[in-house]
Amino acid sequence: MSVGQRRFQLPLLCAAILGYTAAGGGVRAETPTPAIVVIKDFMFAPMSVTIRAGSPVTWVNNDEEPHSVVSDTGLFRSGGLDTGEKYSFRFEKPGTYHFRCSIHPRMVGTIVVQ
Amino acid sequence: MPTQPIRPTRREALKCLAYGGAGTLFTLAGGIFTPMDLALAAADPATVAKRGRPLFVQISDTHIGFAKDANPDVNGTLSQTIALVNAMPEAPALILHTGDITHLSRPAEFDLAQQLLSQLRTTELHTVPGEHDTTDPDVTEYFSRFGQASGNRGYYSFDHAGVHFIALINVLQFKAGGLGSLGAEQLAWVAADLKGRSASTPVVVFAHMPLWTIYEPWGWGTGDADQLLALLRRFGSVTVLNGHIHQIVQKVEGHMTFHTARSTAYPQPAPGEGPGPGPLKVPADQLPRNLGLTSVSVVKHPRSLALNDLTLA
Repeated sequence: MSVGQRRFQLPLLCAAILGYTAAGGGVRAETPTPAIVVIKDFMFAPMSVTIRAGSPVTWVNNDEEPHSVVSDTGLFRSGGLDTGEKYSFRFEKPGTYHFRCSIHPRMVGTIVVQ
Repeated sequence: MPTQPIRPTRREALKCLAYGGAGTLFTLAGGIFTPMDLALAAADPATVAKRGRPLFVQISDTHIGFAKDANPDVNGTLSQTIALVNAMPEAPALILHTGDITHLSRPAEFDLAQQLLSQLRTTELHTVPGEHDTTDPDVTEYFSRFGQASGNRGYYSFDHAGVHFIALINVLQFKAGGLGSLGAEQLAWVAADLKGRSASTPVVVFAHMPLWTIYEPWGWGTGDADQLLALLRRFGSVTVLNGHIHQIVQKVEGHMTFHTARSTAYPQPAPGEGPGPGPLKVPADQLPRNLGLTSVSVVKHPRSLALNDLTLA
């Protein structure tokens, strides 16, 4: 992951969670709990996260642009996350949960709960 | 107009005014709307007078709450825009705000935006929400303040000076891939609203996201806009006004003029430049060139649109 790429200054938090994002976008990873999804450059990374039932997922917005996390089914909805802000949701039941950013709906991701 | 020399005093004034992109003035001349850059209109009222009667002003993407490098003072640039409108020789009867009033849909942002917008010396302010206005978990902040005109549906119509205005919402449901969407219910309402109206009635349609596809990878379009345009095609003068992309893009198709407005807050990159449509920070010395009078559009004759670009540097 390239920190400080372009004009953005990544918050320190990013350094702390590098391990979670190393898998990169689009790669399904068995992620330790609690899972963290980083929002950066108009993408959720990783795009797919697999967790155990009862575990929370935390999204962190490291973009200069605000984003949100909205479940396709309406199960969860973060509200607008400004730079550095976080949102967490605990997934109780197994299943596949799709989400997107309501501000930039092309940004999509998936949580797989086992 | 672009060929006239700019006196230093006016040039300085325009630099200030153009910082936030100001707004767009629309005049009605021969039944055809003429969008004109607001900063230029204020600088040259005689030209405006020749072009027709001021009817309304469109401002957009005020993003109250934004405070990053691209513009740390969005309140100031909105206030400059408002001062510009208030200083116009003939006050426009209407102001249209095409959305992203706030940056994060927060109550304090809406309160401040309302406070600032209340300084507009105009009797009517008509709004549509942007996706930045509907990010709060319950999507109530916009509607509790601006929902009355539409019965909290987000879409409504009204008439002014023989012109039919239709306000639409395309930021609540998104098409796969991220394009905006109007939805079947709203489209049916538009069909009923237009039914029986004379084709000679000038129609203005305004919504936040562009109602034609400007750049699909960034969601700069509305997936079911074609169904809307089919309903409008029989009218002799249709003007479609949008915001969202923080830059002027225009096209004319038959009797329809499509126009996106600048933001009063910050510019965004040209389609496809960079990772996404975020705030564009331009160096201070390039600001006049990037945010100046980058597009002045003049309808010289019905169905004939002339584009003039005038920059400050």
